[in-house]
Amino acid sequence: MSNTLSYSSITKKIWMSLFGLFLMTFLVVHLSINLLLLFDPSRELFNIAAHFMGTNPLIQIFQWVLFAGFGFHIILGVILQIQNWMARPKGYKVKGTSEDSVFSKYMIYTGMIIFVFLIIHLGNFFVLKMQGDVPEFHQPGAGEMEDMGLLVVNLFRNTGYVIFYVIMLLLMGFHLDHAFQSAFQSLGLTHNKYTPFIKGLGHFYSIVITAGYIIIPLIIYFR
Amino acid sequence: MDLKLKIWRQQGPDAQGKFVEYLVQNISSDASFLEMMDILNEELVAKGEEPVAFDHDCREGICGMCSLYINGRPHGPDTAITTCQLHMRKFKDGETVVIEPWRAKPFPVIKDLMVDRSAFDEIIQAGGYVSVNTGGVPDANAIPIKKENADLAMDAAACIGCGACVAACKNASAMLFVSAKVSQFALLPQGRVEANNRVENMVAKMDVLGFGNCTNTYACEAVCPKEISITNIARMNREFFVAKIS
Ligand code: FES
Repeated sequence: MSNTLSYSSITKKIWMSLFGLFLMTFLVVHLSINLLLLFDPSRELFNIAAHFMGTNPLIQIFQWVLFAGFGFHIILGVILQIQNWMARPKGYKVKGTSEDSVFSKYMIYTGMIIFVFLIIHLGNFFVLKMQGDVPEFHQPGAGEMEDMGLLVVNLFRNTGYVIFYVIMLLLMGFHLDHAFQSAFQSLGLTHNKYTPFIKGLGHFYSIVITAGYIIIPLIIYFR
Repeated sequence: MDLKLKIWRQQGPDAQGKFVEYLVQNISSDASFLEMMDILNEELVAKGEEPVAFDHDCREGICGMCSLYINGRPHGPDTAITTCQLHMRKFKDGETVVIEPWRAKPFPVIKDLMVDRSAFDEIIQAGGYVSVNTGGVPDANAIPIKKENADLAMDAAACIGCGACVAACKNASAMLFVSAKVSQFALLPQGRVEANNRVENMVAKMDVLGFGNCTNTYACEAVCPKEISITNIARMNREFFVAKIS
Protein backbone atom coordinates (compact mmCIF):
# COMPACT_ATOMS: atom_id res chain seq x y z
CA MET A 1 0.00 0.00 0.00
CA SER A 2 1.39 3.38 -0.92
CA ASN A 3 2.37 5.89 1.71
CA THR A 4 -0.38 8.28 0.76
CA LEU A 5 -2.95 5.69 1.73
CA SER A 6 -1.39 4.95 5.07
CA TYR A 7 -1.10 8.59 6.10
CA SER A 8 -3.46 9.40 8.92
CA SER A 9 -6.78 11.02 8.13
CA ILE A 10 -5.73 14.32 9.69
CA THR A 11 -2.40 14.43 7.86
CA LYS A 12 -4.23 14.00 4.59
CA LYS A 13 -6.68 16.71 5.48
CA ILE A 14 -3.94 19.13 6.46
CA TRP A 15 -2.25 18.60 3.08
CA MET A 16 -5.60 18.85 1.38
CA SER A 17 -6.24 22.26 2.90
CA LEU A 18 -2.72 23.56 2.29
CA PHE A 19 -2.92 22.63 -1.41
CA GLY A 20 -6.42 24.07 -1.52
CA LEU A 21 -5.31 27.41 -0.07
CA PHE A 22 -2.42 27.49 -2.51
CA LEU A 23 -4.78 26.93 -5.43
CA MET A 24 -7.02 29.69 -4.11
CA THR A 25 -4.18 32.19 -4.27
CA PHE A 26 -3.51 31.04 -7.81
CA LEU A 27 -7.12 31.81 -8.73
CA VAL A 28 -6.62 35.38 -7.61
CA VAL A 29 -3.52 35.81 -9.78
CA HIS A 30 -5.22 34.21 -12.75
CA LEU A 31 -8.30 36.41 -12.34
CA SER A 32 -6.30 39.60 -12.12
CA ILE A 33 -4.63 38.74 -15.44
CA ASN A 34 -7.98 37.86 -17.05
CA LEU A 35 -9.42 41.18 -15.94
CA LEU A 36 -6.83 42.95 -18.08
CA LEU A 37 -8.92 41.91 -21.06
CA LEU A 38 -11.73 44.10 -19.79
CA PHE A 39 -9.60 47.11 -18.98
CA ASP A 40 -7.68 46.99 -22.22
CA PRO A 41 -9.80 45.85 -25.20
CA SER A 42 -6.73 46.08 -27.48
CA ARG A 43 -5.51 42.94 -25.59
CA GLU A 44 -2.03 44.41 -25.30
CA LEU A 45 -1.87 44.33 -21.49
CA PHE A 46 -3.28 40.82 -21.36
CA ASN A 47 -0.82 39.59 -23.96
CA ILE A 48 2.11 41.16 -22.16
CA ALA A 49 1.02 39.50 -18.93
CA ALA A 50 0.47 36.15 -20.67
CA HIS A 51 3.85 36.50 -22.38
CA PHE A 52 5.49 37.19 -19.04
CA MET A 53 3.77 34.19 -17.41
CA GLY A 54 4.76 32.04 -20.36
CA THR A 55 8.43 33.01 -20.50
CA ASN A 56 9.60 34.11 -17.05
CA PRO A 57 11.91 31.30 -15.82
CA LEU A 58 10.72 31.56 -12.21
CA ILE A 59 7.13 31.23 -13.29
CA GLN A 60 8.04 28.36 -15.56
CA ILE A 61 9.33 26.49 -12.53
CA PHE A 62 6.40 27.60 -10.45
CA GLN A 63 4.05 26.25 -13.07
CA TRP A 64 5.11 22.73 -12.16
CA VAL A 65 4.56 23.48 -8.48
CA LEU A 66 1.08 24.53 -9.46
CA PHE A 67 0.44 21.34 -11.43
CA ALA A 68 1.71 19.35 -8.46
CA GLY A 69 -0.65 21.32 -6.22
CA PHE A 70 -3.59 20.41 -8.41
CA GLY A 71 -2.43 16.82 -8.65
CA PHE A 72 -2.04 16.24 -4.93
CA HIS A 73 -5.25 18.06 -4.09
CA ILE A 74 -7.15 15.85 -6.53
CA ILE A 75 -5.48 12.58 -5.54
CA LEU A 76 -5.95 13.23 -1.82
CA GLY A 77 -9.54 14.29 -2.39
CA VAL A 78 -10.32 11.08 -4.24
CA ILE A 79 -8.60 8.88 -1.63
CA LEU A 80 -10.43 10.62 1.22
CA GLN A 81 -13.74 10.26 -0.59
CA ILE A 82 -13.29 6.57 -1.32
CA GLN A 83 -12.45 5.94 2.32
CA ASN A 84 -15.53 7.91 3.29
CA TRP A 85 -17.77 5.84 1.07
CA MET A 86 -16.22 2.69 2.51
CA ALA A 87 -16.95 3.88 6.04
CA ARG A 88 -20.69 3.43 5.44
CA PRO A 89 -21.21 0.33 3.34
CA LYS A 90 -24.94 0.28 4.05
CA GLY A 91 -26.71 3.61 3.79
CA TYR A 92 -29.88 4.92 5.37
CA LYS A 93 -33.36 4.60 3.94
CA VAL A 94 -34.14 8.16 4.93
CA LYS A 95 -31.39 10.52 3.81
CA GLY A 96 -29.82 12.70 6.46
CA THR A 97 -31.88 15.70 7.47
CA SER A 98 -29.44 17.27 9.92
CA GLU A 99 -28.48 20.87 9.41
CA ASP A 100 -25.12 21.08 7.73
CA SER A 101 -23.03 23.01 5.29
CA VAL A 102 -24.81 22.38 1.95
CA PHE A 103 -21.93 22.70 -0.50
CA SER A 104 -19.76 20.43 1.64
CA LYS A 105 -21.91 17.49 0.59
CA TYR A 106 -21.03 17.88 -3.05
CA MET A 107 -17.29 18.65 -2.89
CA ILE A 108 -16.29 15.46 -4.71
CA TYR A 109 -18.80 16.15 -7.49
CA THR A 110 -18.01 19.84 -7.91
CA GLY A 111 -14.36 18.84 -7.67
CA MET A 112 -14.68 16.27 -10.44
CA ILE A 113 -16.46 18.77 -12.67
CA ILE A 114 -13.76 21.36 -12.05
CA PHE A 115 -11.19 18.71 -12.95
CA VAL A 116 -12.90 18.04 -16.29
CA PHE A 117 -13.08 21.78 -16.88
CA LEU A 118 -9.40 22.10 -16.05
CA ILE A 119 -8.53 19.51 -18.70
CA ILE A 120 -10.66 21.27 -21.33
CA HIS A 121 -9.24 24.61 -20.25
CA LEU A 122 -5.66 23.38 -20.57
CA GLY A 123 -6.58 21.95 -23.97
CA ASN A 124 -7.96 25.30 -25.08
CA PHE A 125 -4.97 27.36 -24.13
CA PHE A 126 -1.98 25.61 -22.68
CA VAL A 127 -1.71 22.85 -25.28
CA LEU A 128 -2.20 25.26 -28.19
CA LYS A 129 0.50 27.45 -26.78
CA MET A 130 2.86 24.51 -26.27
CA GLN A 131 2.32 23.52 -29.89
CA GLY A 132 2.96 27.10 -31.05
CA ASP A 133 -0.49 27.30 -32.63
CA VAL A 134 -1.27 30.74 -31.25
CA PRO A 135 -1.47 33.67 -33.72
CA GLU A 136 1.11 36.45 -33.42
CA PHE A 137 0.23 39.73 -31.80
CA HIS A 138 1.52 42.80 -33.62
CA GLN A 139 1.27 46.12 -31.94
CA PRO A 140 3.65 49.01 -32.58
CA GLY A 141 6.10 49.18 -29.70
CA ALA A 142 4.83 46.00 -28.03
CA GLY A 143 7.37 43.67 -29.60
CA GLU A 144 6.67 40.18 -30.88
CA MET A 145 4.45 37.94 -28.81
CA GLU A 146 1.60 35.47 -29.03
CA ASP A 147 -1.94 36.77 -29.14
CA MET A 148 -3.31 34.67 -26.26
CA GLY A 149 -5.96 37.34 -25.79
CA LEU A 150 -7.40 36.59 -29.22
CA LEU A 151 -7.83 32.92 -28.28
CA VAL A 152 -9.80 33.96 -25.20
CA VAL A 153 -11.90 36.54 -27.00
CA ASN A 154 -12.76 34.10 -29.80
CA LEU A 155 -13.88 31.51 -27.31
CA PHE A 156 -15.90 34.07 -25.38
CA ARG A 157 -17.79 35.01 -28.55
CA ASN A 158 -19.08 31.46 -28.83
CA THR A 159 -22.52 31.21 -27.15
CA GLY A 160 -22.16 27.55 -26.23
CA TYR A 161 -18.75 28.06 -24.69
CA VAL A 162 -19.86 31.08 -22.68
CA ILE A 163 -22.80 29.15 -21.19
CA PHE A 164 -20.51 26.19 -20.44
CA TYR A 165 -17.91 28.48 -18.87
CA VAL A 166 -20.41 30.29 -16.68
CA ILE A 167 -21.89 27.03 -15.37
CA MET A 168 -18.43 25.62 -14.66
CA LEU A 169 -17.40 28.73 -12.80
CA LEU A 170 -20.59 28.73 -10.72
CA LEU A 171 -19.84 25.15 -9.67
CA MET A 172 -16.31 26.21 -8.81
CA GLY A 173 -17.82 28.97 -6.68
CA PHE A 174 -19.81 26.39 -4.71
CA HIS A 175 -16.63 24.38 -4.23
CA LEU A 176 -14.74 27.44 -3.02
CA ASP A 177 -17.49 28.58 -0.68
CA HIS A 178 -17.12 25.47 1.44
CA ALA A 179 -13.41 25.13 0.82
CA PHE A 180 -12.27 28.43 2.29
CA GLN A 181 -13.53 28.09 5.84
CA SER A 182 -13.03 24.34 5.71
CA ALA A 183 -9.31 24.78 5.10
CA PHE A 184 -8.98 26.86 8.24
CA GLN A 185 -10.97 24.33 10.26
CA SER A 186 -8.78 21.47 9.00
CA LEU A 187 -5.65 23.38 9.90
CA GLY A 188 -7.06 23.90 13.37
CA LEU A 189 -7.17 27.66 12.91
CA THR A 190 -10.36 28.46 14.75
CA HIS A 191 -10.96 31.23 17.18
CA ASN A 192 -14.01 32.73 18.88
CA LYS A 193 -13.26 36.12 17.47
CA TYR A 194 -11.76 35.40 14.06
CA THR A 195 -13.69 32.37 12.82
CA PRO A 196 -16.88 34.33 12.01
CA PHE A 197 -14.68 36.75 10.07
CA ILE A 198 -13.04 33.89 8.17
CA LYS A 199 -16.41 32.43 7.30
CA GLY A 200 -17.53 35.82 5.99
CA LEU A 201 -14.29 36.22 4.10
CA GLY A 202 -14.81 32.80 2.54
CA HIS A 203 -18.23 33.78 1.21
CA PHE A 204 -16.80 37.08 0.02
CA TYR A 205 -13.86 35.39 -1.67
CA SER A 206 -15.97 32.79 -3.47
CA ILE A 207 -18.50 35.37 -4.65
CA VAL A 208 -15.89 37.86 -5.84
CA ILE A 209 -13.79 35.22 -7.58
CA THR A 210 -16.78 33.59 -9.27
CA ALA A 211 -18.34 36.89 -10.28
CA GLY A 212 -14.97 38.17 -11.48
CA TYR A 213 -14.38 35.20 -13.76
CA ILE A 214 -17.96 35.10 -15.03
CA ILE A 215 -18.26 38.78 -15.84
CA ILE A 216 -15.37 38.63 -18.35
CA PRO A 217 -16.98 36.32 -20.94
CA LEU A 218 -20.33 38.05 -20.47
CA ILE A 219 -18.91 41.49 -21.20
CA ILE A 220 -16.84 40.25 -24.13
CA TYR A 221 -19.82 38.36 -25.53
CA PHE A 222 -22.12 41.36 -25.41
CA ARG A 223 -19.49 43.93 -26.34
CA MET B 1 -52.09 9.41 18.51
CA ASP B 2 -51.67 6.69 15.90
CA LEU B 3 -48.43 6.11 14.05
CA LYS B 4 -47.10 3.94 11.28
CA LEU B 5 -43.63 2.67 12.13
CA LYS B 6 -41.14 1.36 9.63
CA ILE B 7 -38.51 -0.44 11.66
CA TRP B 8 -35.30 -2.12 10.57
CA ARG B 9 -35.43 -5.76 11.67
CA GLN B 10 -32.33 -7.92 11.49
CA GLN B 11 -32.06 -11.29 13.22
CA GLY B 12 -28.33 -11.13 13.86
CA PRO B 13 -25.04 -9.61 12.75
CA ASP B 14 -24.85 -11.64 9.57
CA ALA B 15 -28.54 -11.87 8.80
CA GLN B 16 -30.20 -10.02 5.94
CA GLY B 17 -32.27 -7.27 7.47
CA LYS B 18 -35.41 -5.60 6.19
CA PHE B 19 -37.89 -2.92 7.10
CA VAL B 20 -41.08 -4.12 8.77
CA GLU B 21 -44.17 -1.98 9.21
CA TYR B 22 -46.07 -1.73 12.47
CA LEU B 23 -49.09 0.28 13.52
CA VAL B 24 -49.21 1.69 17.03
CA GLN B 25 -52.43 3.21 18.30
CA ASN B 26 -53.57 5.46 21.14
CA ILE B 27 -50.09 6.65 22.04
CA SER B 28 -50.12 9.58 24.44
CA SER B 29 -48.33 12.66 23.16
CA ASP B 30 -46.76 12.83 26.63
CA ALA B 31 -45.14 9.43 26.19
CA SER B 32 -41.46 9.29 25.46
CA PHE B 33 -40.28 7.73 22.22
CA LEU B 34 -38.85 4.73 24.03
CA GLU B 35 -42.12 4.25 25.95
CA MET B 36 -43.83 4.10 22.59
CA MET B 37 -41.30 1.43 21.57
CA ASP B 38 -42.05 -0.43 24.84
CA ILE B 39 -45.78 -0.37 24.06
CA LEU B 40 -45.06 -1.76 20.60
CA ASN B 41 -42.86 -4.49 22.08
CA GLU B 42 -45.51 -5.47 24.65
CA GLU B 43 -48.01 -5.84 21.84
CA LEU B 44 -45.53 -7.93 19.86
CA VAL B 45 -44.83 -10.17 22.86
CA ALA B 46 -48.58 -10.58 23.46
CA LYS B 47 -48.92 -11.71 19.87
CA GLY B 48 -46.05 -14.15 20.32
CA GLU B 49 -43.73 -12.18 18.04
CA GLU B 50 -40.18 -11.21 18.76
CA PRO B 51 -39.86 -7.71 20.29
CA VAL B 52 -37.73 -5.08 18.56
CA ALA B 53 -34.23 -4.94 20.04
CA PHE B 54 -32.95 -1.45 20.79
CA ASP B 55 -30.32 -0.06 23.14
CA HIS B 56 -31.22 1.96 26.22
CA ASP B 57 -30.19 2.15 29.83
CA CYS B 58 -30.56 5.25 31.98
CA ARG B 59 -33.43 6.84 30.04
CA GLU B 60 -32.25 10.10 31.57
CA GLY B 61 -30.10 11.33 28.72
CA ILE B 62 -26.81 10.68 30.47
CA CYS B 63 -25.55 7.22 29.58
CA GLY B 64 -25.45 7.44 25.80
CA MET B 65 -26.86 3.96 25.19
CA CYS B 66 -30.03 4.88 23.31
CA SER B 67 -29.30 5.19 19.63
CA LEU B 68 -32.07 5.39 17.09
CA TYR B 69 -31.90 7.05 13.70
CA ILE B 70 -35.40 8.46 13.40
CA ASN B 71 -36.69 9.96 10.17
CA GLY B 72 -33.23 10.74 8.87
CA ARG B 73 -31.76 12.11 12.07
CA PRO B 74 -29.92 10.52 14.98
CA HIS B 75 -31.98 10.87 18.17
CA GLY B 76 -34.94 12.14 16.17
CA PRO B 77 -36.36 15.52 15.26
CA ASP B 78 -35.59 17.41 18.47
CA THR B 79 -32.25 19.11 19.12
CA ALA B 80 -29.71 18.59 21.89
CA ILE B 81 -31.38 15.49 23.32
CA THR B 82 -30.91 11.76 23.25
CA THR B 83 -33.56 9.37 21.92
CA CYS B 84 -34.74 8.60 25.46
CA GLN B 85 -35.52 12.29 25.99
CA LEU B 86 -37.55 12.54 22.80
CA HIS B 87 -41.29 12.87 23.27
CA MET B 88 -44.15 11.85 21.05
CA ARG B 89 -45.46 15.43 20.90
CA LYS B 90 -42.71 16.01 18.37
CA PHE B 91 -44.66 13.82 15.94
CA LYS B 92 -48.00 14.31 14.19
CA ASP B 93 -50.93 11.96 14.46
CA GLY B 94 -50.87 9.53 11.55
CA GLU B 95 -47.22 10.21 10.76
CA THR B 96 -44.95 7.53 9.32
CA VAL B 97 -41.82 7.15 11.42
CA VAL B 98 -38.81 5.36 9.96
CA ILE B 99 -36.48 3.93 12.58
CA GLU B 100 -33.02 2.71 11.58
CA PRO B 101 -29.88 1.67 13.42
CA TRP B 102 -26.69 3.80 13.32
CA ARG B 103 -25.01 3.01 10.03
CA ALA B 104 -21.22 2.84 9.92
CA LYS B 105 -18.72 0.13 9.11
CA PRO B 106 -17.19 0.26 12.60
CA PHE B 107 -20.69 0.02 14.18
CA PRO B 108 -21.99 -3.35 12.96
CA VAL B 109 -25.61 -4.20 13.69
CA ILE B 110 -25.99 -6.75 16.48
CA LYS B 111 -29.72 -7.15 16.17
CA ASP B 112 -32.52 -4.94 14.84
CA LEU B 113 -31.70 -1.41 16.02
CA MET B 114 -28.78 -2.32 18.27
CA VAL B 115 -25.27 -1.68 17.02
CA ASP B 116 -21.91 -2.61 18.46
CA ARG B 117 -20.19 0.59 19.51
CA SER B 118 -17.17 -1.01 21.15
CA ALA B 119 -15.08 0.73 18.47
CA PHE B 120 -15.44 3.82 20.68
CA ASP B 121 -14.10 1.88 23.67
CA GLU B 122 -11.10 0.85 21.60
CA ILE B 123 -10.40 4.49 20.76
CA ILE B 124 -10.57 5.39 24.44
CA GLN B 125 -8.25 2.50 25.29
CA ALA B 126 -5.78 3.89 22.77
CA GLY B 127 -5.21 7.00 24.88
CA GLY B 128 -8.38 8.56 26.27
CA TYR B 129 -7.15 8.61 29.85
CA VAL B 130 -4.62 10.15 32.19
CA SER B 131 -2.17 7.65 33.65
CA VAL B 132 -2.38 7.72 37.40
CA ASN B 133 0.43 6.31 39.47
CA THR B 134 -0.01 5.34 43.06
CA GLY B 135 0.91 7.77 45.77
CA GLY B 136 -0.71 10.49 47.79
CA VAL B 137 -3.74 12.29 46.41
CA PRO B 138 -2.63 15.68 45.08
CA ASP B 139 -4.36 18.74 46.46
CA ALA B 140 -7.14 19.77 44.05
CA ASN B 141 -6.19 23.43 44.24
CA ALA B 142 -2.46 22.96 43.87
CA ILE B 143 -2.54 23.32 40.06
CA PRO B 144 -4.05 26.57 38.84
CA ILE B 145 -6.29 26.18 35.78
CA LYS B 146 -7.73 29.02 33.75
CA LYS B 147 -11.49 29.21 34.22
CA GLU B 148 -11.95 29.40 30.48
CA ASN B 149 -10.04 26.16 29.93
CA ALA B 150 -11.81 24.42 32.78
CA ASP B 151 -15.14 25.34 31.17
CA LEU B 152 -14.06 24.16 27.72
CA ALA B 153 -12.75 20.91 29.16
CA MET B 154 -16.05 20.38 30.97
CA ASP B 155 -17.98 21.07 27.78
CA ALA B 156 -15.89 18.51 25.92
CA ALA B 157 -16.25 16.01 28.76
CA ALA B 158 -20.02 16.22 28.39
CA CYS B 159 -19.74 13.79 25.46
CA ILE B 160 -21.59 10.59 26.37
CA GLY B 161 -20.17 8.60 23.45
CA CYS B 162 -23.55 7.76 21.95
CA GLY B 163 -22.22 7.82 18.39
CA ALA B 164 -24.81 10.20 16.96
CA CYS B 165 -21.98 12.18 15.36
CA VAL B 166 -20.86 9.11 13.42
CA ALA B 167 -24.44 8.26 12.51
CA ALA B 168 -25.17 11.76 11.21
CA CYS B 169 -21.91 12.31 9.35
CA LYS B 170 -22.15 11.58 5.66
CA ASN B 171 -18.67 10.09 5.96
CA ALA B 172 -19.35 8.15 9.17
CA SER B 173 -16.49 10.07 10.74
CA ALA B 174 -15.84 9.85 14.47
CA MET B 175 -13.94 13.12 14.63
CA LEU B 176 -16.38 14.88 16.96
CA PHE B 177 -16.26 12.06 19.49
CA VAL B 178 -12.49 11.63 19.35
CA SER B 179 -11.88 15.37 19.44
CA ALA B 180 -14.06 15.76 22.54
CA LYS B 181 -12.12 13.02 24.26
CA VAL B 182 -8.80 14.53 23.17
CA SER B 183 -9.87 18.03 24.17
CA GLN B 184 -11.09 17.25 27.67
CA PHE B 185 -7.52 16.28 28.55
CA ALA B 186 -5.59 18.58 26.23
CA LEU B 187 -7.10 21.61 27.93
CA LEU B 188 -5.97 20.63 31.41
CA PRO B 189 -2.42 20.55 32.78
CA GLN B 190 -2.89 16.97 34.04
CA GLY B 191 -3.68 15.87 30.50
CA ARG B 192 -0.86 17.80 28.80
CA VAL B 193 1.80 15.35 29.96
CA GLU B 194 0.60 12.61 27.61
CA ALA B 195 -1.05 14.93 25.09
CA ASN B 196 1.11 14.14 22.07
CA ASN B 197 0.95 10.38 22.37
CA ARG B 198 -2.70 10.52 23.18
CA VAL B 199 -3.80 12.39 20.08
CA GLU B 200 -1.58 10.35 17.75
CA ASN B 201 -2.71 7.01 19.18
CA MET B 202 -6.40 7.87 19.31
CA VAL B 203 -6.43 9.20 15.76
CA ALA B 204 -4.48 6.17 14.52
CA LYS B 205 -6.98 3.87 16.21
CA MET B 206 -9.90 5.81 14.76
CA ASP B 207 -8.43 5.42 11.25
CA VAL B 208 -7.68 1.72 11.66
CA LEU B 209 -11.23 1.04 12.80
CA GLY B 210 -12.50 2.38 9.48
CA PHE B 211 -14.29 5.57 10.45
CA GLY B 212 -14.50 8.10 7.61
CA ASN B 213 -12.61 11.36 7.26
CA CYS B 214 -14.10 14.65 8.42
CA THR B 215 -15.09 16.95 5.56
CA ASN B 216 -16.23 19.77 7.84
CA THR B 217 -19.88 19.27 7.03
CA TYR B 218 -20.83 19.90 10.68
CA ALA B 219 -23.83 17.56 10.73
CA CYS B 220 -22.27 16.00 13.85
CA GLU B 221 -22.48 19.19 15.85
CA ALA B 222 -26.09 19.70 14.77
CA VAL B 223 -27.25 16.35 16.14
CA CYS B 224 -25.02 16.01 19.18
CA PRO B 225 -27.24 15.60 22.25
CA LYS B 226 -24.56 17.30 24.33
CA GLU B 227 -23.90 20.06 21.78
CA ILE B 228 -20.20 19.27 21.52
CA SER B 229 -18.67 22.01 19.40
CA ILE B 230 -16.74 21.40 16.18
CA THR B 231 -14.07 23.72 17.56
CA ASN B 232 -12.96 20.57 19.38
CA ILE B 233 -12.18 19.04 15.98
CA ALA B 234 -10.07 22.05 15.10
CA ARG B 235 -8.29 21.70 18.44
CA MET B 236 -7.60 18.05 17.75
CA ASN B 237 -6.23 18.89 14.29
CA ARG B 238 -3.93 21.41 15.95
CA GLU B 239 -2.88 18.98 18.66
CA PHE B 240 -2.22 16.34 16.04
CA PHE B 241 -0.15 18.65 13.89
CA VAL B 242 1.95 19.78 16.85
CA ALA B 243 2.40 16.18 17.99
CA LYS B 244 3.53 15.12 14.52
CA ILE B 245 6.12 17.82 14.09
CA SER B 246 7.47 17.67 17.63
S1 FES C 1 -30.87 5.72 27.65
FE1 FES C 1 -29.22 6.72 28.63
S2 FES C 1 -28.96 8.43 27.35
FE2 FES C 1 -30.75 7.54 26.52
